[in-house]
Amino acid sequence: MTFDASTPFTYAPAPESRAVVDIAPSYGLFIDGEFAPAAGGKVFKTVSPATEEVLSEVAQAETADVDRAVAAARKAFVTWSALPGAERAKYLFRIARIIQERSRELAVLETLDNGKPIRESRDADLPQVAAHFFYYAGWADKLEHAGYGPNPRPLGVAGQVIPWNFPLLMLAWKVAPALATGNTVVLKPAETTPLSALFFADICRQAGLPKGIVNILTGDGSTGAALVAHPDVNKVAFTGSTEVGKAIARTVAGTDKKVTLELGGKAANIVFDDAPLDQAVEGVVNGIFFNQGHVCCAGSRLLLQESVADEFLTALKRRMRTLRVGDPLDKNTDIGAINSAEQLARITALADAGEAEGAERWSPECALPESGYWFAPTLFTGVTQAHRIAREEIFGPVLSVLTFRTPEEAVAKANNTPYGLSAGIWTEKGSRMLWMANKLRAGVVWSNTFNKFDPTSPFGGYKESGHGREGGRHGLAAYLTPSTPKGEHHG
Amino acid sequence: MADRLSVFKTYKLYVGGKFPRSESGRVYEVTDSEGNWLAHAPLASRKDARDAVVAARKAFGGWSGATAYNRGQILYRVAEMLQGRRAQFTAEVAAAEGLPEAEAAAQVDAAVDRWVWYAGWSDKVAQIAGSANPVAGPYFNLSSPEPTGVVAVLAPQESSLLGLVSVIAPAIVTGNTVVAVASERAPLPALSLAEALATSDLPDGVVNLLSGRTAELGAPLAAHQDVNALDLAGADAESAAELEAAAADNLKRVRRPAPVDWSADPGTGRLLSFLETKTVWHPMGV
Repeated sequence: MTFDASTPFTYAPAPESRAVVDIAPSYGLFIDGEFAPAAGGKVFKTVSPATEEVLSEVAQAETADVDRAVAAARKAFVTWSALPGAERAKYLFRIARIIQERSRELAVLETLDNGKPIRESRDADLPQVAAHFFYYAGWADKLEHAGYGPNPRPLGVAGQVIPWNFPLLMLAWKVAPALATGNTVVLKPAETTPLSALFFADICRQAGLPKGIVNILTGDGSTGAALVAHPDVNKVAFTGSTEVGKAIARTVAGTDKKVTLELGGKAANIVFDDAPLDQAVEGVVNGIFFNQGHVCCAGSRLLLQESVADEFLTALKRRMRTLRVGDPLDKNTDIGAINSAEQLARITALADAGEAEGAERWSPECALPESGYWFAPTLFTGVTQAHRIAREEIFGPVLSVLTFRTPEEAVAKANNTPYGLSAGIWTEKGSRMLWMANKLRAGVVWSNTFNKFDPTSPFGGYKESGHGREGGRHGLAAYLTPSTPKGEHHG
Repeated sequence: MADRLSVFKTYKLYVGGKFPRSESGRVYEVTDSEGNWLAHAPLASRKDARDAVVAARKAFGGWSGATAYNRGQILYRVAEMLQGRRAQFTAEVAAAEGLPEAEAAAQVDAAVDRWVWYAGWSDKVAQIAGSANPVAGPYFNLSSPEPTGVVAVLAPQESSLLGLVSVIAPAIVTGNTVVAVASERAPLPALSLAEALATSDLPDGVVNLLSGRTAELGAPLAAHQDVNALDLAGADAESAAELEAAAADNLKRVRRPAPVDWSADPGTGRLLSFLETKTVWHPMGV
């Protein structure tokens, strides 16, 4: 091996082995404890976005399948909701443990189907998935202490529709609290990332979970719409776009269904002149480039205090030049593949609009793979609040930079959005941090950190970022009817 | 002594701390339960509803930023003002709802007590609805409830004062501001309540009261892009579904109508309906 001083570091490929995961050529729907083809017999392919390789063929659930899954969940609800909480807890603890045991396999699977770097699926997604089941397992026999009255009751059948950015983690956020509280589940994974949910069905079987408690329907948006609209679904939980969230809110209007929505965001990441700049650069990079920016709470608007803007941008660009884009299974990869051709087109169109509207575009030089869906990490300066790239959720590795002079101006700009999911603050001054945190209209405020998650910590948005919280004691509320005091009625 | 000719009251809206007539110039006849004319009430328009939202938004920053102790004292002050006008409200509720005087007085007393009950919640709600979260890492992690924003309220139709107080107080005690549409058939106690609110140190615009057709005012409020939440207590089932669908356009938090015994213990359900949970993270280290 020779060393060349002009390229101080080179990386040899360090791929994680695919041998740990065995993907079947086709999968059916998981209904009432059995895998079966869709009633209509339709299937669709799921591909690896990094290579466009077909990974498997899954069933396209239609109305008849939704009917069958909801009926199975309804039937299972009778016994599951009557089971002592301590027994429900033990099933969830089993699931948590099996996920831990199979975590490497599931991480590789997730990276294959989603395109995210193995470093993230291994170190972020899977540990959080197991932790989420472990956390809610412990609630199952303690619900009377949760602050929802002496005898809170489950709602019934939960229809859950989840996105493709954190497929298994979003499943955990939905399924764990639903089961802990005694509800049964019909879950639809995203069209482009169905596989980890189907593997989860197998984990439910391994855990001995009685049939019908968890049902998995693969399909597209029409499957999700049928599930949400099903008259025998009592609870709708959705994570995804604000546009679909609004459609769901219209669908359930006038019904008794309880709804929680985790939707889009356009988070401001605010850097003050007294911030520890190197830490802030790391936080800003993590905030927007984690998971290719396919994160609803991504710090997609960088607000820089004017006095440090140039210095910060120089440091940020230097750091962005070291980001490694490529094979998601490579353990050194920082930025993986864009999840789908459709998403790549959306990111491309918005980035082009940024240029067309007059913002200045910059990306580090980086070679992108020939096949698959890729987008280089991108920075826009000279962005105004009126630009589309400052207003619309891009859901990709694209950062829009704006500046401010005073804390008041930072707050006004940060809050100037219909969204309100998250925000970031970088400052060494505690009183300013707390003042800012108080003024920002967002459900999660990260100060001197970003994109941190924990099962004990409630997550969810203000305004058009949705309603309800997932995680923590607050996350139970979405799946419970409080005990009814005299005079108070709950729909 | 000869009968003295009494002075009638011109009932007006309450918007931004002022008592305007409807910008439309319209009024409607309000009658007692036997159909006898009581007064004219303003027939508020869509424009009045929008003006009320502007006033409520303007008031939100100051009211939500006030200390909980301060908000609690102001709600208690409303109870004091209402207590002092017990006879007036008893007469108005009796006429509005066709109740014997003793029953009307019981409604007024319950309304006073409800203000007192909610006043006490101002500095306690964060302690029952917030949490310190033991995350698996070196982080301070705290969740606190915050007000949702501007809440549009369709007040209960049958309970003209107690029902109204029972939907306004839980919204404002946590820092929300309110645009309330009074009972369509019996708006006079609500319009008089505005006089108590106006003399209770409640900042202008925190509560705005409209009288008129619930259906006419509900639609623009449900569709308004600067309203954050909607309490449909006074909506009928059919219009409630339409209003909830309209509210989806900016994802308002919606409390659906349900049968409620307004004289019973209200519980915390309504109080907790118009709150957002904010979670703040900060690293720990030296």
